[in-house]
Amino acid sequence: MSGRVAVPPFTELVEEHRAMVHRFLTVAVGPLEADDCFQETFLAALRAYPRLEHADALDRWLLRIATRKALDHHRGRRRRPEPSETVDAADAALAGRPESGASASPDLGDPLWSAVASLPPRQRAAVVHRYVLDLPYAEIGRLMESSTEAARANVAAAMRTLRSEVSR
Amino acid sequence: MNGATEPRGRDLRRLAAGADARSAELTDALADAADERGLVDVGIGWVDSPLGRLAVAVTRRGVLEIVFPDRDRDDWLSSLARDVSPRILESPTRAEPVRRQLDEYFAQRRTRFDLPVDRRLIRGFQAATLRALERVPYGSTSTYGDLARRAGSPKASRAIGSALGRNPIPIVIPCHRVVRTGGALGGYAGGLDRKRFLLELEGSLKS
Repeated sequence: MSGRVAVPPFTELVEEHRAMVHRFLTVAVGPLEADDCFQETFLAALRAYPRLEHADALDRWLLRIATRKALDHHRGRRRRPEPSETVDAADAALAGRPESGASASPDLGDPLWSAVASLPPRQRAAVVHRYVLDLPYAEIGRLMESSTEAARANVAAAMRTLRSEVSR
Repeated sequence: MNGATEPRGRDLRRLAAGADARSAELTDALADAADERGLVDVGIGWVDSPLGRLAVAVTRRGVLEIVFPDRDRDDWLSSLARDVSPRILESPTRAEPVRRQLDEYFAQRRTRFDLPVDRRLIRGFQAATLRALERVPYGSTSTYGDLARRAGSPKASRAIGSALGRNPIPIVIPCHRVVRTGGALGGYAGGLDRKRFLLELEGSLKS
């Protein structure tokens, strides 16, 4: 058995990486669902924290959990009907947010949203990793538990769809 | 091709507008959700006081530590992570009872604390000293020698000094109430100005 490794105080992880995790989730699952996935990501990380066997690249570790939560979220959602209700709920939730000025809220009228929402979940996660977080393909492959080639192919396919959806 | 509207990868970034600020807004709710699930081993919080901004650490057992502002935050949290648990989160909810009672104390509306205490950072000889100290009431003082007798080691007043200096829960465990036999203030981990302030607040030292 390995002994307990010296990992940083969890609050440090939250402060340093919460913005990155929320940025990824906002675009990968949508602004309404992002808050729930964000909480689930950090709760899962807290649960696993005492059993962590190394303290390297904890930002990537968090992002891998967030990626899994995003993919799980889409998997669960496919069984749920009425997508239009979700959009209404998103509008209502964003309007009711305390302390978030209108300028800082995501613009749900942006045509890019519907284009992004039309992407298959793995393509959507990959393209967000590539262009919102600026990660290299090899890293995206590891985060998604596949290969560099798969990451590259997912991002390319996503970009083709985004182009055809937006300029339609 | 419609070059003007065709999205480039980087355009996706505008969809994340507001995410950074939002993530900060979610932090307190995260601490509460984690606490409900028993995932927070140490909750930390901050208390504004006449002695400066105090840091408090609270476990499920009770108050673990009260820290003066001179201590470096990262250094403090790293030792908590090492000595107690790395599952540390800022938790205003956990810190609230401590904050309220300290506020009342500094407003002279409270003369004794009614808070569960987590003694796991108190070790060996220190335990007897701090126990004896808890019998020194608000508004009075004891001496190092007297406390040594009460702790059952009459010759150990030097060891008493160092045990008090490492008191993890100052103010609540009132190590400021111990002075030298002749009336001189002696030492204080939080600095003599703070010790003097506390004794004047309690009325046992005239300003």
